[in-house]
Amino acid sequence: MADLHFLANPARFRRFSQRVVPSLSVATALMLAVGLYLALLQSPPDYQQGDTVRIMFVHVPSAWLAMAGYALLAGLGASLLIWRHPLAALMARAAAPVGAGFCAVCLLTGSLWGRPMWGAYWVWDARLTSMLLLFFLYLGHIALSRAYDEPDRGDRAAAILALIGVINLPIIKFSVDWWNTLHQPASVARLGGPSIHPSILVPLLWMAATLFLLFVLLVLLRTDTEIDRRRLENAEQQA
Amino acid sequence: MSGFVALVARDLRLVWRRPGDVAVVLAFFVVATTLFPLGIGPEANVLARIAAGVLWCAALFAALLSLDRLFAADFEDGTLDLLLLAPWPLELAALAKCCAHWIVTGLPLAVLAPLLGVAFGLEPAVLLALSATLLVGTPTLSLIGGLAAALTLGARKSGALLALLALPLCVPTLIFGAGAVEALATGGDFRAHIAVLAALALVALATTPWAIAAALRQAGE
Repeated sequence: MADLHFLANPARFRRFSQRVVPSLSVATALMLAVGLYLALLQSPPDYQQGDTVRIMFVHVPSAWLAMAGYALLAGLGASLLIWRHPLAALMARAAAPVGAGFCAVCLLTGSLWGRPMWGAYWVWDARLTSMLLLFFLYLGHIALSRAYDEPDRGDRAAAILALIGVINLPIIKFSVDWWNTLHQPASVARLGGPSIHPSILVPLLWMAATLFLLFVLLVLLRTDTEIDRRRLENAEQQA
Repeated sequence: MSGFVALVARDLRLVWRRPGDVAVVLAFFVVATTLFPLGIGPEANVLARIAAGVLWCAALFAALLSLDRLFAADFEDGTLDLLLLAPWPLELAALAKCCAHWIVTGLPLAVLAPLLGVAFGLEPAVLLALSATLLVGTPTLSLIGGLAAALTLGARKSGALLALLALPLCVPTLIFGAGAVEALATGGDFRAHIAVLAALALVALATTPWAIAAALRQAGE
């Protein structure tokens, strides 16, 4: 725990991020180049879905990161409310739109994938619907944290919302599953089916690692920006 | 406990002196529900099929409509500061406010819904079931809505923001509330739905008062 608190100081975090960001950017770009090669050229097309299966290499990691991002928001919210780390608030502010972005990417790619596979851009499938609700929770967090004239108040309100949201997410997921089995007897083509072949699994995990690095990079950069913005606001108030 | 009762009684007295506030919410519920047949068409079997969902959604919107004033009046006239200073837990005060909100909105909505259900052509047994689901489900809406109201206290554009925060969190209640009525109409397991609805209410009862109190403390700082 002590190591996490070490980074809670904005100035120390700034030194850390300035050291990490350049190499992280290069690593992300290289991984992305290799990942795109693996996903678009090297991996075989699916015997049923053809080339559309390649959407999965962006779609699935985005879904994972969207969920992980909300867990991050809840963790940052807890650390803001418990230890009052000012950096946690700035990082939550920075991370929420990134998580919402990955959530939107997941929904959009899913919709583009659904059109050839299911014959519709949108079906009220349980997983799609709970992803959409997760997106709404992100929107609420973003809107609430920016709804106050004093940014501190918005940060702490959004922190409480993230904690309540993370308690509610499993309940929402469970009830949407239940709702779906009640309302939708029509069978929808299921992903996966038999276990995934390594020729697809390896590019998938590679892209997941790549997008994870991209997520970390974006959050670090945006947190830096938020630190600058907060300093500027404080300077303006004092002037 | 006496403080809890006193606070609920005070809120009810305030509403009693200005009954128009509650009447507007109930009128909204009636008018909003009436719009669905006008928009969808008067076929009796279609209306009976969608009635539970329409009435539940309208009840959800009506409950939210009255929430943005839940803490705002106390915030403006200083009552909230006194509640913060009072020697008894703020969590209990939060619960009392939500309780009063439920008595003046959830309870009338549960009474009013079967009357509107008649217009949608629901069977008498289904009407009773609809009322029962609203009785069990609306406390959750009051508690989650109370949390959203406390979080948006003093925010810009708090009304729309409140709805954005509360609606996704109310989805489980909506699913099981409308689902229960449909289960009864189609021969499903009504009691299981009601049990889950009650469980959701208890989870909300066990978690939201603390979150509301935390949000109110921040508003008072």
